[in-house]
Amino acid sequence: MVLYIIRRLGFLVLTLLITSIIVFLVTRWLPGDVARVILGREAGEAALESLREDLGLNDPLHMQYGRWLIDFVSGDWGTSFSTRSEIRPLVMGRVRNSLRLAVVTLVISVPLAIVLGVLAGLNEDTLIDNVISISALSVVGLPEFVTGLILIQVFAFGLNILPASSSVPPDVSFVEVLPKLILPSLTATLVLLAYVARLTRTGVIEELGKSYVRTAALKGLPYRTVVFKHVLRNALLPTITVVAISFGWLISGLVVVENVFNYPGLGRLLVFAVGRNDLPVIQAVIMVTVVGFASANLVADLLYGLLNPRIRLGE
Amino acid sequence: MVLDIDDVTVGYRQAGSWREAVRHVSLEIPPGQTYGLVGESGSGKTTLALATMRYLPEEGTVCRGEIRFRGRNLLALKDSEMRKIWGSDMAMVPQDALASLNPSVRLGEQVAEILRYQRGLSEAEAREQTAELFKRVQLGDPERVRSSYPHQLSGGMLQRVLTAMAMSTEPSLLVLDEPTSSLDVTTQAVMLDLFRELIEGQQQTAVVYITHNLGVVAQIADRVAVMYAGDLMEDAPTVDLYREPLHPYTRGLLECVPRLGENKTEVNLRPIRGRIPSLRDLPSGCIFRPRCPLAIEECKEYPPLYEAGDDRRSRCHRWDEIKAKEVSASQPVPQGAQISAPSVSGEEVLGVEDVEVHFTEGQSLIKLISGEPPTKVKAVDGVSLDVPRGQTVGLVGESGSGKTTLARAVVGLAERTGGRIRLLDKELPPGLKERTPDMFCCIQIVFQNPAETLNPYLSVGQILRRPLMRLRDQTPEELDAAVKSLLEAVHLSAEYASRLPGQLSGGEKQRVAIARAFAPRPDLLIADEPVTSLDVSVQASILNLFDELQDEEEIGTLFISHDLAVVGYLADVVAVIYLGQLMEVSESASIFDPPHHPYTEALLSSVPLIDPQGKQEEIRLEGEVPSPSEEIRGCPFHTRCPRFIGPVCAEEVPPWREIAGVDKRTFCHYTEEELRERQKRTFRFSEPSE
Repeated sequence: MVLYIIRRLGFLVLTLLITSIIVFLVTRWLPGDVARVILGREAGEAALESLREDLGLNDPLHMQYGRWLIDFVSGDWGTSFSTRSEIRPLVMGRVRNSLRLAVVTLVISVPLAIVLGVLAGLNEDTLIDNVISISALSVVGLPEFVTGLILIQVFAFGLNILPASSSVPPDVSFVEVLPKLILPSLTATLVLLAYVARLTRTGVIEELGKSYVRTAALKGLPYRTVVFKHVLRNALLPTITVVAISFGWLISGLVVVENVFNYPGLGRLLVFAVGRNDLPVIQAVIMVTVVGFASANLVADLLYGLLNPRIRLGE
Repeated sequence: MVLDIDDVTVGYRQAGSWREAVRHVSLEIPPGQTYGLVGESGSGKTTLALATMRYLPEEGTVCRGEIRFRGRNLLALKDSEMRKIWGSDMAMVPQDALASLNPSVRLGEQVAEILRYQRGLSEAEAREQTAELFKRVQLGDPERVRSSYPHQLSGGMLQRVLTAMAMSTEPSLLVLDEPTSSLDVTTQAVMLDLFRELIEGQQQTAVVYITHNLGVVAQIADRVAVMYAGDLMEDAPTVDLYREPLHPYTRGLLECVPRLGENKTEVNLRPIRGRIPSLRDLPSGCIFRPRCPLAIEECKEYPPLYEAGDDRRSRCHRWDEIKAKEVSASQPVPQGAQISAPSVSGEEVLGVEDVEVHFTEGQSLIKLISGEPPTKVKAVDGVSLDVPRGQTVGLVGESGSGKTTLARAVVGLAERTGGRIRLLDKELPPGLKERTPDMFCCIQIVFQNPAETLNPYLSVGQILRRPLMRLRDQTPEELDAAVKSLLEAVHLSAEYASRLPGQLSGGEKQRVAIARAFAPRPDLLIADEPVTSLDVSVQASILNLFDELQDEEEIGTLFISHDLAVVGYLADVVAVIYLGQLMEVSESASIFDPPHHPYTEALLSSVPLIDPQGKQEEIRLEGEVPSPSEEIRGCPFHTRCPRFIGPVCAEEVPPWREIAGVDKRTFCHYTEEELRERQKRTFRFSEPSE
């Protein structure tokens, strides 16, 4: 297991290094002159040139990369071109918001998806299975802005029990912000639900066909013991991995949901920065996202290893 | 009666129609009896067992008859009622031990939970009782087993855990479904001893022992029922059944398996002609009629299970004539079959000299950094062996012995790391890349599983045409003729050329695979367990085919198998391999009679004889085959050798000794006389057949 963890950590570091190079290169190759973005259209060629010199933009690429990487790792993420404010507090504030949204979404979606998936799997090809599978698939077909708007219509304007807009000022406690998180979480849940439920269903059906289930049943154990102790332990392994990986997606991939609900998450910050050609912010957001994705993957691998004795006790 | 199966028919819904996998089976098992259920694939024996457990898959159902367990009709019981019987009064030991245990629950818990649910024991009591049970099934170190997961133990040990599980509540009925079929022969022998001992210890338990292995059932069952394509054909006390079968199918089965010590130069195998019918189109009347040498007009009517006296039953209209010896139910010796003349060894086709296949496992950056040496696996470790033209050299060994790796090294699929391989006096390079098309052409292989080696989308004709086209220039007409003659050679009619592999039976597929191997007229044929996945009635005809083609084509064959009787029958020379090294090489006539190497002796002693009265000296190997990555000094077999001498075995590499008077060399510290003194008796494999 120790070897397994070391290996996974090694992979993580390697992934981060490679993506940082890609991120760096891509932002460098984007059209637009950084110096002109900063100084504005009226700046003269001499001023531009001296700023380029100051920013190190005339140095060879690998030196620029090295400098950028060292700064980034040591916590100096620079200042935003467009707002002139420091990037790190800005991004970290958004990270916190995104994490909150992600956690609430997982808390709602995972238990629901697993229950539905297990029910469907245990009752393969019966009415229960068909109802669950078909409704889950039909929900996942709708884009988030449609489901989001429907939810707003029903819960905010119709029933008037939840706020329609989820814009939050900085430094609000989690409890205060919670009501505003529910509708966006539900929207994201609908996207995840079908996928996770489907996977759980497949896992359960596959395990049910295995010989050890027959062994367990022929011990005369109660049905629920056979299911909970024997089947689910193995059937949920792939689900756990997928859930951990979707956590990465929840942190950064909810651009549409965040926009529909006007929620200040990482996704919206990225859209904002791209619109203004704000390179340092783009880099920072992407790097944070990549770290999020990679760590979620790591957690998935570790959880899988922990729950699967073959890996935990393996060579 | 513990179990009373009364005229049971089991049907499966399959692709919209109804197939009867078991028909009109009746049998009774009293307490203390071990009832053997023997049959080839598709005979319905496992279906019958599952029906007995009242645990048929969803698409199956008992459509007729009654199954009474201790007087209660199981078919009328609800699942909730069955749960009180399952695991407490009725238990099953399944076939594939690894798949039958939950991979993520500790083995101790998997046994303990039964004790808690069925016997109401507390956690602590159950734990203690589990350790006790593990001791009873002779699992060394019960504590370690208790806290292990299935993947950490060997197949034999897992089978013991499953046995402990089944015995835990001292059930009235114990169903053993091929419990030793996936084990090595030495482990199987130990397990059979264990089953016998446990069964003897439980006088009130009725046991159903399901197997396809005629030897196993002969050694363990009190009474045997023979199943064929869903029908119970014959049922008799074991000794009577083997001595005097009253059904032509039983006789056919008994006569198509090579016995230990038989060789093609002395006997011909009598394969059962035709093939096992599919459940879709069963013959009318007696289902064995199309294959039966005694079929007459009357057989078009479905025979009842006749009471044949002496507590025997037979589903054959002519059982009385068979009993009175008025007719012979033996299958005819196939046309053109002759006793092979002892072949004269010609020039050397394949020369294997000190070949080593070593590889490193688990090489990683981390091991490199931490300075831990990578694990060296010696799959083949210094093997020297010749295959002469016109002869079959049999290579026999248990799983992990390196026999397949050696074959792969010859073919070039595994690169040897030492030694030389010569093909017709030309040195073969280790890897495939360095070999010329000519070399490919000269060596052909037949694999174990024909279904996986034939492209399912090509017709048989296309499959056979490919090697012909690749390796020789021929016109389309010549190719067609060549395909036809190849099919003829493997006894398939020309119309098979247009069929797809999916339309063939297992035996027919293997015939096509053999035809393909012979297509480029190789000098060397490698057959890697070619009959292992086949039913015995088919196996015999494939063995005959090998023998016949060998005689005609004058090639050299390296025949690999784990089955001693099969190798002993077909081979001219037998080599015994253990942990990557040869233990003994001998002309087949004298390999087993008597054995000159303790390992050969142990292997031989482990084979369950196809004769309930045949007795062998009991030589059992302790423990497991060591991993090939372990460093073993001296003789590789010394860690398990029942005739271990002392330090000399553990420290010194044994010499190769030539045995006087026969063509045999052994790799052992014992001289012939020393070993002979310790062998108590002469080997006797079976009663001389009538």
